[in-house]
Amino acid sequence: MSVGEQRIGPMHGAGGEVMGRLLADHVLPKFALRSAGAVDLDALDDGATLALPEGEMVVTTDAHVVKPLFFPGGDIGRLAACGMVNDLAVMGARPVACTLAMVIEEGFSIRDLDRLLTSCAQVLEETGTALVAGDTKVMGRGELDGVVLSTTGIGVARRVIRDSGVRPGDELLVTGPIGDHGMALVAARDDFHLQSDLLSDVAPLWSLLAEVLEETHVTAMKDPTRGGLAAALNEMARKSGVGLEIDGPSIPLRPQVTALADLLGLDPLQSACEGRAVLAVRQEDVEKALALLHGHPSGREAAVIGRATEHKPGRVVLCTEVGGRRLLDMPLGDPLPRIC
Amino acid sequence: MLPDKVTVLEGPGCPVCVTSTVELDQAVRLATQGVAVCTFGDMMRVPGTELTLDQARSQGAPVHTVLSAADAVELARRSPGQEVVFFAVGFETTAPGTAAVLVDDPPDNFSVLCSHKLIPPAVEYLLDMPGTELDGLLAPGHVSTVIGAKAYVDLVRRHQVPVVVGGFEPLDVLYALVLLVRQMADGEAKVENAYPRAVAWEGNGQAQELMRRAFHVCDASWRGIGEIPASGLSLRTELSQWDAAMKYEIQGEQGQEVAPGCRCADVLVARAVPADCPLFGVGCTPLSPVGPCMVGAEGACAVWYRHGERPVV
Repeated sequence: MSVGEQRIGPMHGAGGEVMGRLLADHVLPKFALRSAGAVDLDALDDGATLALPEGEMVVTTDAHVVKPLFFPGGDIGRLAACGMVNDLAVMGARPVACTLAMVIEEGFSIRDLDRLLTSCAQVLEETGTALVAGDTKVMGRGELDGVVLSTTGIGVARRVIRDSGVRPGDELLVTGPIGDHGMALVAARDDFHLQSDLLSDVAPLWSLLAEVLEETHVTAMKDPTRGGLAAALNEMARKSGVGLEIDGPSIPLRPQVTALADLLGLDPLQSACEGRAVLAVRQEDVEKALALLHGHPSGREAAVIGRATEHKPGRVVLCTEVGGRRLLDMPLGDPLPRIC
Repeated sequence: MLPDKVTVLEGPGCPVCVTSTVELDQAVRLATQGVAVCTFGDMMRVPGTELTLDQARSQGAPVHTVLSAADAVELARRSPGQEVVFFAVGFETTAPGTAAVLVDDPPDNFSVLCSHKLIPPAVEYLLDMPGTELDGLLAPGHVSTVIGAKAYVDLVRRHQVPVVVGGFEPLDVLYALVLLVRQMADGEAKVENAYPRAVAWEGNGQAQELMRRAFHVCDASWRGIGEIPASGLSLRTELSQWDAAMKYEIQGEQGQEVAPGCRCADVLVARAVPADCPLFGVGCTPLSPVGPCMVGAEGACAVWYRHGERPVV
């Protein structure tokens, strides 16, 4: 900790002149898109207004906490933006606008705040999402761990995609390797004394999914965040009332993810992704969907991992490399390292 | 995927699942008294009489997840004013790690609540139970890296049952089963090693030596099974200053290791299937387990419960 480094104090969240200067110097200029209607962010009014394009409006909200705040491949700012954009994207919605609430611990480095806001702003700009409203609060030292970011996203869908729309016969695809984010975080935690070159997959999904949604018949989508692929597939199976048959060896996994999971006794299929989607598409469209995904820089490793059946509705059956079949369960909670 | 004639049953449970509730309660009590209790991640959600360690932590008790005993020693060195207890669970696989820190002069504010258990005596105990009819044993790979394939020789001689040490990848397991079935077909009973890339006949001499220097063998309580003679490890007298049982004057209190009705021991030796147990799905569920077979996600009872029946997929 360097002496004289600018830090967040109680006044930065008090709504007065000091907070105004923090917003003017460190927050607002980072966000290129600040307007999606007549009343925009610069107005610093009590709210913003939106002039939305034609379609169904989709809203999503998330509170983001992550440890460490800066991790290999991203930080909490990028995570907060991607989490919001991706929840909209898997609903079939193009992101239009969002809000950002920051709860910051007293003493937090303003340079670190700059870094994570820059990451957040990059994703919003890249996806064409305007930041239209926000809030800043400061809590006392030790009352929270660094910073909590909360984002609410608003998007517009021409056709809303649910996680409950899978039909027997549909094929299931993932847009890339599974479990990178969760395992990268585990590897980055001091208490495990591990080193790895694994990066979080945290990335916005909209541009990857937009064309697939346009060109093929996608029946259901979900982003496998907490609980990983196992939770996403189980939710899709239960809500859709179909059985899912997953071909284990075809699930793309990076060797680092497999190795870390083996070492710590974790299941890579329960490890979170922050830049992947699971798609169910009609059988006749699967080749086209795969080709479209492969043609996008963040979909090169997309793969077909299984199909929906009428057998065992609500359940996910994993077919193993030696021809065994077992149920892939809904994770109970956060995975913990195990000895057995 | 196995032929109908071959049925594979799971053995005495995972090391965490068979940890005695009495010892788990002791760890929870130490933590609620303000002693920092360190243990492996999978121990956190195993139910004690009143609380899991995870729940104790939520109530403010200093409970830490560690990957090894060395991490607990490290915590003790970093916080000299804080008493730190390593709740040592596991079979011969994790015991050498505990032994290594004990013989390396750990700090005074560190101690070990020792609940390590031994595999061969437990297997022998199950084989001795009246009515046990096992045709062969698939011996555990990780434990065997330490104790060696030779550790099963006496057992084979006494019980005339084939033993094959197996690994954990699907092909390892299948290969071990092939060797077992071959022995049965040939009417043989010997120890074979189907996991030679990790397991040596003699095992890991250095690890065995560490265990000898740190522990002596004692009787131990197994959840759902009860007391098994000479199946546990406790700290040697010369290391008693690091023995949490001594340090905190923990009494060898009598707890109830086998709840009335629990048939885990029968399930383990194929005398019952989970659905035969009067507690199955009624008094015993994955969220509120009684015996070891329901505690771990891979336990026979937990698997049956999730499938709602005999697991057929």
